Amino acid sequence: MSDGVTGKGPRVAVLGAGILGLSTAWHLAHRHGIRDVVVLDRGYLCGGASGRNGGGVRAQFSSEANIRLMRESIEICRDFAATMKINVWFRQGGYLFLARDAARAASLEASVKLQNACGLSTRLLGPDEAQRVVPELSTRGVVATSYNPDDGVVFPWPFVWGYARAAQSLGVALRTFTEVIGFETAGGRIVGVRVRPVQLVPFAQGDTMVPAGEPYVIACDHVVLATGAWSPGLAKHLGLALPNKPHRHEICSTEPLKPWLGPLVADLTDGLYFSQSMRGEIVGGISVDPVPEGINQASSAGFVTKYARALLRCVPRLGGVKVLRQWAGCYDITPDGAPIVGTPEGFDNLTLACGFMGYGFMMAPVMGKLLAEHIAGKTPPLVHEWSLERFARGSTLRETMILG
Amino acid sequence: MSGKVLVCRCEDVTLDEVQKALEAGHHDIESVKRYTGFGTGWCQGKQCVVACARVIAEHTGASPTLPITPRPPYHPVSLAALAGLDEEAP
Repeated sequence: MSDGVTGKGPRVAVLGAGILGLSTAWHLAHRHGIRDVVVLDRGYLCGGASGRNGGGVRAQFSSEANIRLMRESIEICRDFAATMKINVWFRQGGYLFLARDAARAASLEASVKLQNACGLSTRLLGPDEAQRVVPELSTRGVVATSYNPDDGVVFPWPFVWGYARAAQSLGVALRTFTEVIGFETAGGRIVGVRVRPVQLVPFAQGDTMVPAGEPYVIACDHVVLATGAWSPGLAKHLGLALPNKPHRHEICSTEPLKPWLGPLVADLTDGLYFSQSMRGEIVGGISVDPVPEGINQASSAGFVTKYARALLRCVPRLGGVKVLRQWAGCYDITPDGAPIVGTPEGFDNLTLACGFMGYGFMMAPVMGKLLAEHIAGKTPPLVHEWSLERFARGSTLRETMILG
Repeated sequence: MSGKVLVCRCEDVTLDEVQKALEAGHHDIESVKRYTGFGTGWCQGKQCVVACARVIAEHTGASPTLPITPRPPYHPVSLAALAGLDEEAP
């Protein structure tokens, strides 16, 4: 059975109905008139990392590419509710990064200089000044901090729904519970995506699906691989080896409190971060190492213990506040900390958009715009810098401000 | 019955909102949870999941066999108590 999307322009199959796939699909339809787009996902909306992240949106990075892209992404977030007609609970309370030793402080200082050169209003604050931003913060052991008041947080779920609904209203087809099981190729090009309907398995930690129908083929002219931690597994069907790997990250949320915490606070020493959502909950996480191999979305008691200790060191008076729930999702980790974006050599009608290191959600608004330009026939320069081929040449990219 | 019917009292999700999620095409309980936010408050679904599962089953005609993925802890636990546990625990 062939089930091609018909009409003018390239028929685009976007693999992954996460924020990046949906943002790309919406930009294709909205800015380029490319509406023969089908977005495929083996699960449900918000089931992957796009529905499991902390909602942080920041431009404080250490590499110029990330700073400039995120500056634009924050502007898009600010306008998202008006553009998409959906409340995403966006709150610009800033990000406060903490350094606990001289080396981290020097690295933070260098990042702030670069950020200022890129037009951000980030400032270095001493411990006492940081306490004026967050009076409840214990600054014992903190030697320096950096604060950008324009960073913020969103509630991830409506952000995903917003892109999905807007894309669908322009004619984009969204097929959830549809698993990609292979590709059809002819003359060195991908001409179809082989899929089958699947359904959830009870009590299966959200990543076990069983077949629920007959396989079929969706004919297409271009394929976008935006499946996050699932991308290396899908690329294998094309004989393409990707260097990124899934890495479980856990997160938890407390009972709602009255608004008291302005910025998202992040500690680069142990990867601790916490913020207060517009729902009032304290949402946060911390780095855990080692983690189980592969795709794993199970919760651990070790994580929430480590998080509670680190959080209480930063804000001792939170001891009586209760954790309501914890969950986990997968970061999509690359060897050099930069994403994999663009069309790989030998695959003329494939666009990779993966390896986003845990900041893919916040970068999706601007990245979807760039990816759509790339697919529509223009090639933004950055897509070249983040090519898959850089790993074979020996990558020189570096990003030190990775959290969680 | 007149007025609002609450199906999730922690997050103020109404019966009408669950039905609108179903009409929007969300026919499984995980999607409806994420679309309406039911089950994400203080009780973590202990009071509302049965009611929501029933509304979904009545709408789709499928048997209500799927609960939402349970999230630890079973009851809310203070950060101070959690800080006293073993960091090496699985």
